[in-house]
Amino acid sequence: MKALVWHGTTDIRCDSVPDPQIEHPRDAIIKVTSCAICGSDLHLYDHFMPGMKSGDVMGHEMMGEVVDVGPETKGKLKVGDRIVVPFTIICGECEQCRRGNFSVCERTNRNGHIAAKAFGHATAGLFGYTHLTGGYQGGQAEYLRVPFADATHIKVPDGIPDEKLLFLGDIFPTGWQAAVQCDIQPTDTVAIWGAGPVGQMAIRSAILLGAKQVVVIDRVPERLAMAEAGGAITINFDEESVIERLNELTNGKGPEKCIDAVGMEAHAAGTVDAMYDRVKQATMMETDRPHVLREMAYVCRPAGTLSIPGVYGGLLDKIPFGAIMNKGLTIRTGQTHVNRWTDDLLRRIEEGQIDPSFVITHTVGLEEGPEMYKVFRDKQDGCIKVVLKP
Amino acid sequence: MRYETERTRRRGHADTATDTLARGLGIFSIALGIAEIAAPRPLARALGMKGQEGLIAGYGLREIATGVGILASKDPTPWIWGRVAGDGLDLATLATALEGDNPKKTNVGIAMAAVAGVTALDVYCAQTLSRESPHPLPPMQDYSDRTGFPRGVEQSRGAASDFEVPRDFRTPEALRPYTQPDLPQRPMPSM
Repeated sequence: MKALVWHGTTDIRCDSVPDPQIEHPRDAIIKVTSCAICGSDLHLYDHFMPGMKSGDVMGHEMMGEVVDVGPETKGKLKVGDRIVVPFTIICGECEQCRRGNFSVCERTNRNGHIAAKAFGHATAGLFGYTHLTGGYQGGQAEYLRVPFADATHIKVPDGIPDEKLLFLGDIFPTGWQAAVQCDIQPTDTVAIWGAGPVGQMAIRSAILLGAKQVVVIDRVPERLAMAEAGGAITINFDEESVIERLNELTNGKGPEKCIDAVGMEAHAAGTVDAMYDRVKQATMMETDRPHVLREMAYVCRPAGTLSIPGVYGGLLDKIPFGAIMNKGLTIRTGQTHVNRWTDDLLRRIEEGQIDPSFVITHTVGLEEGPEMYKVFRDKQDGCIKVVLKP
Repeated sequence: MRYETERTRRRGHADTATDTLARGLGIFSIALGIAEIAAPRPLARALGMKGQEGLIAGYGLREIATGVGILASKDPTPWIWGRVAGDGLDLATLATALEGDNPKKTNVGIAMAAVAGVTALDVYCAQTLSRESPHPLPPMQDYSDRTGFPRGVEQSRGAASDFEVPRDFRTPEALRPYTQPDLPQRPMPSM
């Protein structure tokens, strides 16, 4: 089959690889009908996340049709079912899964001992996202093996196009969880850093959940225009001071809720701390560039909440913990507990409350995938979200 | 639309911050050049390079020319590479001052470390600029109709009010906003 394969830094190719097979009774195989490139895939493309090996298949946003099932999936899945695959692989049985904390499933990361060395404990297995999270092959391919498939799936009905459903596997519940973590009140101003796909979903989620005003911070005009279309007030951080503008919009009190939809590769325009991060990262003295975290901690209203869906990988420098502690800020973060939200979100799509396909700007075949990584990374051609059709 | 201004001419590129860095290096270049032309003697004395005042002033002219080139050109890339070459020349010249019994070797070492730091910035800036496409960007895509809300934005505000935030995701009671009417606030006492 054809698949997008990681070979090294900024080296992803469309290769022929062996078809996946059922390896365990709980496995299923799907024929991928649609998949997408995620912003967090760019951390692998640029090789900021360690743990990739040449030959790994990329991708953790995918959906398709079940074409083969292992004997222990019976009753839950059958050939012909249409499913979206959540990016977190879950057993559905461990203590964390039973609590709904699916992204920290205790059993699906088969390289849990490596993750435990890095993070103290293992987190869930993920598709196509390094050997720290299990080394599972990803879904930017014609076929995908879904481990623990009896739990790791979202069944979706026929009659709704892939484009409306695909993002149930990652960015929609990620944006939603980012907003839910804020426990939004009708009096709240929600500030969102990053108008990429997750930021866009967080904007829509905050609007649906009834925020008084939603403010988004970015500098790419197309992304800001899309954010404005979704009901957000926009701040271009190349043009104006984020701190001053947020204070102006909140009578000097700062936003109650702040969402970091950027993560480890923040691009800040010529600020001192951004230059500092660049130098430290280049000299391997820091893994991530946490400009957004610093700005959020500084501007957030006392007793407010910092919600962090943006991906961080390792060790961060100069975090103003004095501001966080003295202002009594609450930090909520984590990978998304996808299946915790998807029944509710699927209902909202079916009822016409939201149509997540608004975010798609490019649809191409798998062969064009490697080029689209570059286009997406460099934000060329107004690119916000790429869908691949294997 | 607050985000469309003159400075967005490089819109869409991931590294517009590099423009700011290049401009900064141009200003630095001119400032250093002026210092080298205005005070070659003190500089030569501090570095134990007496007799080379003319060379230092000449390097000052080079710095000013490069700085003006960076600030005046539409594409500063070749000028930044020019700075990298100039940095190499500076380092080589300073290295000659480490030979023999120069009593100012410590100062020379400090100067070389400073030049090396600036060289790292120059190389980073030049490499980043070189990766950028020289072709003009295509017209901006129009996403102004991409609301994501089939019923429109205003109809969608609070549409998910039926959603009950799970207990483990709720803000602690003490951190929730007050629901009772605001108490009248007395004026701040003068202190």
